[in-house]
Order: sequence, then C-alpha cells, then structure tokens
Amino acid sequence: MDFSSTPEQEELRAGARGYLADHPQPSWAELAALGWTGVSVPEADGGAGLGFLEEAVLFEEMGRALTHAPYWSTVAVVLPALPADLRAEVARGEASWTLATGPLVTDLDSATRVAYVGGDSIWELVGADREVLQTNDMTRPLGVVSGGEAGRRLSGSEVLPRLRTRSLTALSLEACGVGARALELAVDHAGQRLQFGKPIGTYQAVAHPLATTLLALDLGRSLALFAAWCIATDDPRAAIAAAAAKSHCAEAAVAACERSIQVHGGIGFTWEHVLHRLYKRALGIQSWEASSERLRAEIAEHLLGRGI
Amino acid sequence: MDLRDTPDEELFRSGLRAWLGENRPAPAADVAEEEAEEAAEEEAHRDAERRNWSRRLYDAGYSGLTWPTEHGGGGRPSGYEAILFDELARAGAPQHLGVIGLGMVGPTIIAVGTEPQKASRLERILSADEIWCQGFSEPEAGSDLSAVTTSARLEGSHFVVNGQKVWSSYAHIADWCLLLARSDPASERHAGLTCLLVEMTSPGIEVRPLRQLTGEAEFNEIFFSGVEVPVENVLGEVGNGWEVAMTTLLHERGTLGFSLAAGLGVTMRRLIELAGDRGATPVQRDAIAREWVELEALRYTAYRHLSTPESGVPGPEGSLLKLQWSEANQRITKLALELLGPDAQLLEGNAPYGGYWQHLQLRSRGNTIEAGTSEILRNILAERVLGLPRSR
Repeated sequence: MDFSSTPEQEELRAGARGYLADHPQPSWAELAALGWTGVSVPEADGGAGLGFLEEAVLFEEMGRALTHAPYWSTVAVVLPALPADLRAEVARGEASWTLATGPLVTDLDSATRVAYVGGDSIWELVGADREVLQTNDMTRPLGVVSGGEAGRRLSGSEVLPRLRTRSLTALSLEACGVGARALELAVDHAGQRLQFGKPIGTYQAVAHPLATTLLALDLGRSLALFAAWCIATDDPRAAIAAAAAKSHCAEAAVAACERSIQVHGGIGFTWEHVLHRLYKRALGIQSWEASSERLRAEIAEHLLGRGI
Repeated sequence: MDLRDTPDEELFRSGLRAWLGENRPAPAADVAEEEAEEAAEEEAHRDAERRNWSRRLYDAGYSGLTWPTEHGGGGRPSGYEAILFDELARAGAPQHLGVIGLGMVGPTIIAVGTEPQKASRLERILSADEIWCQGFSEPEAGSDLSAVTTSARLEGSHFVVNGQKVWSSYAHIADWCLLLARSDPASERHAGLTCLLVEMTSPGIEVRPLRQLTGEAEFNEIFFSGVEVPVENVLGEVGNGWEVAMTTLLHERGTLGFSLAAGLGVTMRRLIELAGDRGATPVQRDAIAREWVELEALRYTAYRHLSTPESGVPGPEGSLLKLQWSEANQRITKLALELLGPDAQLLEGNAPYGGYWQHLQLRSRGNTIEAGTSEILRNILAERVLGLPRSR
C-alpha cells in the first residue's frame, strides 16, 4: 500500500497553495486558465486527462484557502453527469454547474448553469429564477430556484450514487484543508502569545488539545485520501469509504476550528480574524450532503445490517 | 499512490496465507476456563509453545522481514510486515514471541551495535533462541526516564550493576535484557547513561512477577545486585545510553503501528459479532460505526506514514499511532461491556465468550500507560510534530 503522491501531484499542490495564497478568490476563467476546471476532462476535450487524485489536491487546497467558487459543485458533483461537449465547456471555463437535489442549492451566486434530477434523469434547468440566501458560510452560499423548465437531458439518474460519493469525498478533503489551516494558526499563535511570561504553547492545557487536534486531522486525511483513491480506481469500497471519511473529517475540522478559536482567546472571537470564516466553512461542510451522525447510521447498516 | 498489493506483495500474501493454513497452531484455551493454581504451569507451557511457533515462523522466513539480509532478515520494505500482521491476525495465529528483540533491540543493535554483538545476538533473536526484555522504567523513573538511578560502575573489564527495574514484560522468560543504567555516578538526567546487553542468567539478577489488575502477571520487577556485565556488552557508546534508548523507543512506537492495527481489527470483528448476538441500540450502533471509522483511519495512517521517506528510524509520528490505538482499544472494549450488560460482571465459567471482553477491557487500561503514557505522547506530538515550545 503506497500512499505517496507522485511528483506531479506534489507540484500541483505546491503550485495551488502558492497561487491561492496570493489569489484566494480566483474567477472561474482564472481557474480554467490554471487548468483546474478540466483536470479530469479527457485531453481530447481540452482537459488534462488526469483523475480524482489530482482533483483531490485542489479540493484540499481550496478548502484551506476558503476559495469561493463553484468548484466543488461543478467538478466534484456535476461533471461526471455531463456529456462530452459540456465537459469541454467546463474545461474551457465557459460554464460552471450546480446540482439541485433538494430545496437548498449551492453556489447559485456563481454557477452559470443548474442541473436537477427529474424522474430517471438529470436535466439542465433553464429559465429558472434564482434567489441567493444569506448563509453562515459566505464562501459557499445556498439559495433556491423556482420556475424554469427541463432543458437538455444530461445523463441517467443511475450516476447519482457516484456523484454523492464524489461529493462526500471532496467535502472531506476540503475539511482537511480547513482543519489543517486552523491548526497551523493555533500553533503559530500558541508559540508567540506570551502570558505569565511564557508562550502559552508551553502549557500542556493548551498544547495537549492541539496534539489531539493533530491526531484527529491526520486520521481524517488518511480516510479522505483512501476514499479519493477508491474513486480514482473505481474501487467498490468507494461509497463506504466516502461516508467514513466525511463522517470523520467534518467533525475533525469543526473541532479544529473550535480549538483554534479557544487557543486564540479574544482575538479568535473577532470578525477581523480569519478563524470564524474557517469555522463557518467547516460547519457548512458538516451540514451539507449528510451529517456525520447520518453517515454513521449508514455505516452501521453496512456493518450490522438494519437496526430495530 | 497505489493502495493495492503489488504483484510481489500479492505473491507473498498468498504464500503466507497458504502456509498459515497448514501450520497455524490450535488456538490457546480461554484463560477463564483454567483453574487458578494451574495457571502458572499453563503459562509456562504456553510460552514454550509460542517459542516453538516463533521458531517455525523463523524457519519459514517470516521472522525479521524488514531486517537487512546481511543480518539474517528478509530485507523487505515495512509493507510486508504489515501483511504479516494482517494475515496472522486473520488466521488467529500468535505473533513471534520475541517482539522486543525483533521490534526494538534487534534494530538498535543493527543501528549502533558492534560487529561481534551483531554476529552473536541477531540471528538468535530472529530464531527465538533468545527472548529479550527491556530494563528501562524504574520505580522513580517512569515518564521521566532520564531519572534512572540503576548504576553501572566500571571495574576493570566489567560493569557492576546495582538497582531495580520495573514493568518489564517478558522478563520472567527472557534470556537477555537491554538495560539502561547510570554509568557516571556524578551525572544527572540524560547525560552519563549507558545501555548494556545483560544476560538474564547472570548471578545477582532476581525477577519477581507483578500481578496486574487483570489478575495476571505479564510484567516483572528485575533486581540487580552486583551483576557483572562485560564491557563488550555496552550497546553504543559509554555515556550515550539516552540516545540509544530513544532509538529503541522510536522503534517501539513506530514499528508497532501495523501490529496494533491488526490486533484492533480482530477486536472490532468480534465487537460486530457481539452486536449481532446481543443487539445494539441506535446510540450503540453510532458508537460502533464511529470506532470502525477510527480503526480504518488507524490502518491507513500506519500505511501513510510508511510511505513518507524512510530514514531507517521511525519518526515521532509513531507516537500518533500508539496514542490512537490505545485510546480506541479502551473505547471499543468498554462498548463491548455495555453491550453485555450485567453479564459483563460474570467471570470464569459463567463469563460470556470465555471472558474475552472482561479481560481485554481491564487490560486496555494499561495501554495508555505502557510504552509512553498518553500524556508523554501528546508532549511528543506537540513539541516534535507541531513544533510547539517545550513544556519543561
């Protein structure tokens, strides 16, 4: 079992981290110019012809950078349901997508197109009115669509479980990025902030919970990477691996942010500090697609059969 | 990233599985079914059987898989050891009895030992002809290992050792002990310590079993009075014992990861069976699912840290695996007691599943103390992985 990244994946990660540090909010066209919207689109259709493991790098980095773009909605969720010509549009940066599966829809402020599930198919929704709602996590707003009619048929609905597995895994990876950054901020602060004449990180009441946070995030990263690998290789364990990853990573990211806010003290409670935005993204990830508890109920059914 | 067995790993696994199918020893009788007075005799018998089993593992080439070939090992990457632990656990077969020799003492001798030490000790560790114990902890030197006071005084060609060691597993059956002692009486803390290879039959050594809260005696006290150890049995340099001991402890926590995960996998399978037998409430189902997820995470994390560039010595990340395993084992076994309800109190012949869960749950309380307390491991993670300022 080899978990190591390829040199190309390492390069992609370093490049993405550097770019997003300088441009945390790239436009869709900029993301396309970087080649990120077409990572898994075949080269013949203008993409890079790579796979989910490369996309995984970008989900994690965009979580860390709190990127506000319909990347997860488009690439993790809708892309595999699109016919080749529409995938090529995504790769070129001409279109981005979101999927309406329930009353609340993500990224309606930025996605250029909306897909929805109707009967045994996934369709494009055309002519609908959009309303973007005020949300806790401003980097992935929710909204509602009304009216409109079926446009082009995109694919059969049998792809939905696959889309859900990708969605859960991408959210897990984003959570890893969010949590890792919250922990780094806490470690930096604990090493610099002096109280009682010493850096607060010397106190075990501060340091040990950070070690626990490290542990939870590190375990989560293994689960998320395993799920990503399952998706990339069509491994039949992908669905349960994704549920396991999301159930753990979302909780770990929320806990990491809460710990980091606590370690920061008053400054961590202010609007100016980035922590509340990381925290709200983590809470958004936790709430979206399926909560950790709900996913564990699915895992329990997988392990133990139906309950009473 | 490729999480499948390589073709060669697959070959190794199938060969091992076939070999275990033919050679696996009969499972040991449940402890709870034995009469108390027979227990000691039983245990001696079990140890002898485990030595035989270890010897067979050695003869079949499954001992010291990751050791260099020039020292009689398999010269294989650590992934093969993970397969070995997996398959042993799957077959319900015990591991090699010489865990301390194979996992800790041997690698340390390979790293810092002299040629004669390598030539005389390593092969015998692999073959289970020599079982090793560790003489590190003392009554006044637990987490603060640098407080050891057991003395090693140089007299001509010998060190003369006096003092007491405690919590030494396998000391009652061990042939050799890796001892950490103070060779410079004027020294304090990490300086002036020396590691010695001590033969357990040396005059002046007394081993007394420590009865632990499970009722068994896995650990021992070792008393040294005027024990003579030839100077050629110094491991590493005189005065450099702290560094040598730290190498050993990193190996203890690092290489243990796979073995711990494999063992916990067996416990998890039994927990799922237990929940099937006894039923589980929605809250208990949630807890079982959570533990399963954490176990998956532990397994993949062990592999993930393996994939990071190898320096030969496991990094402080090993502390992470041990910390996670020990706390997970406590939670899982406690969950099992909850599923058992009042039956969890029953012992001996009335105990469900032969007392497996009651024993494991009590034993698990030692897991967060032995091989680095959870507090010390969190210090290590905070200081050496996160880079936080030192607390002491």
